[in-house]
Amino acid sequence: MTDRKRNRISRRQFLLAASGVATGLAFEPAGATVAEMRAAISKLVGPASVTNGRVTLELPPLVDNGNAVALAVRVDSPMTEADHVKAIHVFTEKNPQPYVATFRLGPRAGRARVATRVRLADSQTVVAICEMSDGTFWSDSVNVVVTLAACLEEQ
Amino acid sequence: MARALIMVPATARRGEIVEIKATVAHPMESGFRHTQLGTLIPRDIVTQFVCTYNGVEVFSAEFFPAISANPFISFSTVATESGTLVFNWIGDNGFSVTESAAISVS
Repeated sequence: MTDRKRNRISRRQFLLAASGVATGLAFEPAGATVAEMRAAISKLVGPASVTNGRVTLELPPLVDNGNAVALAVRVDSPMTEADHVKAIHVFTEKNPQPYVATFRLGPRAGRARVATRVRLADSQTVVAICEMSDGTFWSDSVNVVVTLAACLEEQ
Repeated sequence: MARALIMVPATARRGEIVEIKATVAHPMESGFRHTQLGTLIPRDIVTQFVCTYNGVEVFSAEFFPAISANPFISFSTVATESGTLVFNWIGDNGFSVTESAAISVS
């Protein structure tokens, strides 16, 4: 009995492990990796450090259709000549490329808020990085669950 | 050619922050999709968007394939003086669309 039980568990574990390997192989060529996103971010930021805060990334936590997801980035900034947002960059973990968009604004924007619609290829973490006029970088990240991924499939 | 839609308030008070929304008709083919025969569909996206206010650039954006079809963008600007806002989208295969809107500031 105990032997059979042990066997059954190990078979289940084997199947789980096998399916994990299979999905891993299936998704690997399509998506960028977390490491690729980190590399893209460090290329942008350079020697400066990125601090969490001041930025709010607005994304729905559950996405039905990854082909058009409403994304907005808001930054807490007075937007004056002396202290304003220079650029907002958006990155993803598991899309084919880590880059999503770059927005360049200045004191004439009046308010640091931009919105657009993006594609998400998988459930993943989306990161927004804001570049201030004083050279500091601030960020926010949101975890999203995507039920229908953006099209990578055949047409 | 390609159709662009812009929403800019027609009038504004001086110093008011106005919200601008813009979209252009474009498939934004990502360059990662294949046909049923397995050939890669080449990338065809809008790569740049620039907004100028009376000739001065106030906002610009760079797009990557992760932006949805018919790229939509919303941003804001301070209404400084009456004049025109010019919107320009540039993309692959020589894609270029220019659209303008007038704003009167009191």
